[in-house]
Amino acid sequence: MARILHIFAHPGLASSQINAAMWHAAGRVEGITSVDLYAENPRYEIDVAAQQNRLEAHDVLLLQFPMFWYSAPALLKEWIDLVLSRGFAYGAGGDRLAGRTMQLAVSTSAPAEAFGPDGYQNFPLRTFLTPFEQTARLCGMRFLAPYVRHDALHGDGSAHAQGFARLLAGLRDGRLDMDRAQAADALFHDTLPLREG
Amino acid sequence: MTEFLLPAFLFLIAGVISVPIASRLGLGSVLGYLVAGIALGPVLSVLGVDVIQVQHFAEFGVVMMLFLVGLELEPKLLWAMRTRLLGLGGLQVGLTAALIAAAAYALGSAWQVAVAIGLIFALSSTAIVLQTLNEKGLMKSDGGQASFSVLLFQDIAVIPMLALLPLLATQHVTHEGDAHGGMSLVEGLNGWQTGLATLAAIGLVVAGGMYLTRPAFRFIAHANLREVFIAAALTFVIGIALLMSLVGLSPALGTFLAGVVLANSEYRHELESDIDPFRGLLLGLFFMTVGAGIDFGLLAAEPLTILGLTLGVIALKAGVLLALGWAFGVRDEQGWLFGMSLAQAGEFGFVLISFATAGAILPDDIAPRLTLIVTLSMMLTPGLFILYDRVVLPRYHAAEPRAADDIDRQGRIIIAGHGRFGGVVNRMLLSAGHETTVLDHSSNQLEVLRAFGVRAFYGDATRPDLLHAAGIEDARLLVVAIDDRHRATEMVRHVVKHHPHIHVVARALDRGHVYELWGAGCRDIIRDTFDSAVRAGRSTLEALGMHPFEAERTARTFVNQNRRSMRELADLYDPEVPNHENAPYRDRARELMDEQAEEMRNRGRGAHHEGADGAWARPTLRDQEAARRTRD
Repeated sequence: MARILHIFAHPGLASSQINAAMWHAAGRVEGITSVDLYAENPRYEIDVAAQQNRLEAHDVLLLQFPMFWYSAPALLKEWIDLVLSRGFAYGAGGDRLAGRTMQLAVSTSAPAEAFGPDGYQNFPLRTFLTPFEQTARLCGMRFLAPYVRHDALHGDGSAHAQGFARLLAGLRDGRLDMDRAQAADALFHDTLPLREG
Repeated sequence: MTEFLLPAFLFLIAGVISVPIASRLGLGSVLGYLVAGIALGPVLSVLGVDVIQVQHFAEFGVVMMLFLVGLELEPKLLWAMRTRLLGLGGLQVGLTAALIAAAAYALGSAWQVAVAIGLIFALSSTAIVLQTLNEKGLMKSDGGQASFSVLLFQDIAVIPMLALLPLLATQHVTHEGDAHGGMSLVEGLNGWQTGLATLAAIGLVVAGGMYLTRPAFRFIAHANLREVFIAAALTFVIGIALLMSLVGLSPALGTFLAGVVLANSEYRHELESDIDPFRGLLLGLFFMTVGAGIDFGLLAAEPLTILGLTLGVIALKAGVLLALGWAFGVRDEQGWLFGMSLAQAGEFGFVLISFATAGAILPDDIAPRLTLIVTLSMMLTPGLFILYDRVVLPRYHAAEPRAADDIDRQGRIIIAGHGRFGGVVNRMLLSAGHETTVLDHSSNQLEVLRAFGVRAFYGDATRPDLLHAAGIEDARLLVVAIDDRHRATEMVRHVVKHHPHIHVVARALDRGHVYELWGAGCRDIIRDTFDSAVRAGRSTLEALGMHPFEAERTARTFVNQNRRSMRELADLYDPEVPNHENAPYRDRARELMDEQAEEMRNRGRGAHHEGADGAWARPTLRDQEAARRTRD
């Protein structure tokens, strides 16, 4: 059983649709660690040592957040800045995360075609996520394709949330085909490379 | 009764009138007292007041002054100044004394008299120079610091000088019981017994100062009566002076030693501020008696000789100072400041003259001339400072623009009140590596603080004189954390008015107190229980199920609104009218409360809510349409 650390960063959970549904669905998956980062650190006082210990006690780091201005909400950026420190995550002696896995679960308000050719976002979604991808690489982590929900202002989030729960359980039980998950461009609730178990 | 009251009244009124005038003219208080004495002279002689007798009484001011000098001498400070203190100070006194003695000898004095004259003129006027440098803000300049070192050395050098002068006596003192005489413990003892008694007395002062004073002062401080503490401080100084006189030593030496021993005590600032008024009054009286004793007939009789000698002394002293300053790296305009500020003779010169006259070292015809020269040189000092400002400074400033101010000089931080509030502030500052000076009037509290190495001093922090003793002039920051609301406000008012450069952080006990402190000029006011109440409110919201980050943002919004309305209402607040009867205040307060409730309600709806504070508002379909058009 892989140990999953699910970190959720959303400053306005009360008004969230998709992400709130995902958060609640994750709560029903047993045997994983789910953290509401804004509830845990409402005053941005990040206990770096404690966060690093918790990170080391897990095999998979799953970061769930809504895209804000092509990046993560501020607290998650702060968390990355402080916790993935030199000597821990990178640099001399910084190999404590090597061999582990990182995956993102993001939502965008723009529809999928906005990231396509001639889309108004001008670049594919993966281009906007390259900072995270390279962060994982520098830490020696395997970076899986992100689990994505576009057009997050519309529709019901339940299918996406159930898919998220299946993804978490699959990661936990080793039923996710890691090679296919790594090779894909993005994963959606209906394209998860899960083996039956 | 009247024979005591009349001279007392005359001395006081003369001082009260002339000193403020002299200060206003920028001449300094010493000159004010001298002029007052000169004016009083004829009146006193008509009334038959024994000026010399009064002068001996007033000399006790010098004893007190040396006690205060000792108190200022923290061993650490002395060590840091050692090169300039010993090198610059020692050479200045030695060279000046030698050159002037040689000149006096060449003019026909006996060598003993010449040495005495050299010593008298080697000293400069601490009172005039320090006051002037402070007034001009030059204390921290290179020249000012060098001057301070030299003055300090001179103040200390007076003690051995007073001890050595009797050795120069040319004739035996025959008149019965000299001016300083009276009882003696060592009369009738032989040499080694006298030596032993002397050592025992010094040992008693040092050991007593180190081990007995603290419990004694603590016991007295417990009574919490100011006058009793003052009485204790006076007892202490007078007792030591008495002990020293009894074994035939200089009282000034004894009190100086006691001062040094107490320099690290928590009672230092309190002692300083208690003794200082007595010192000031007695020294004032001393200067007035000097002024009254000036022989103007003499000046009228031989004006050229006296003026020529005065200018000669000033020129010679300035020359020595300039050369030494140059050798010690105090050059250019700083060197001129150093040379010109210390070129006069000083108040200790008067002390040495009266001592030397009583000890029959100086012939009676020379002493009045020396007094006249010392006085004239002091009177010319303000002229030298004007010369420095008008002639020396423009030369150097025209040549090179002044470098930026010395910013690495770390100003002092004074914390008034070390209870639960001030204590936390102090601990934070110390942990950030700042040096603080804590004032508190609980002696138990101080005991504990001292044990933990905090620089804490006993005293009522609201007294301006204690603030002065704690170094408010050099302070950068004052934290007012005393419990008495009214006194806290008065303290803020005083400091804001007299030391506008100091940043004042004040603790307010409630809303009304905030307005009072605001009115007193404080712009950094922290409410005593407000922050803890906000945190309690936040905890309550979390317990009710609000997301912790929402609760945090709600608390922040509340604090900001509260601060805004506080600021607005501060202008409508009237200390004379209760808030509920103050119509503009009441109406605006109600409006603000409604506005805030509305804002908080919107705020509570959280992120992605449009309107409200707009935080993290997500784009709408229309926004996406617009974004799509940016493609074209």
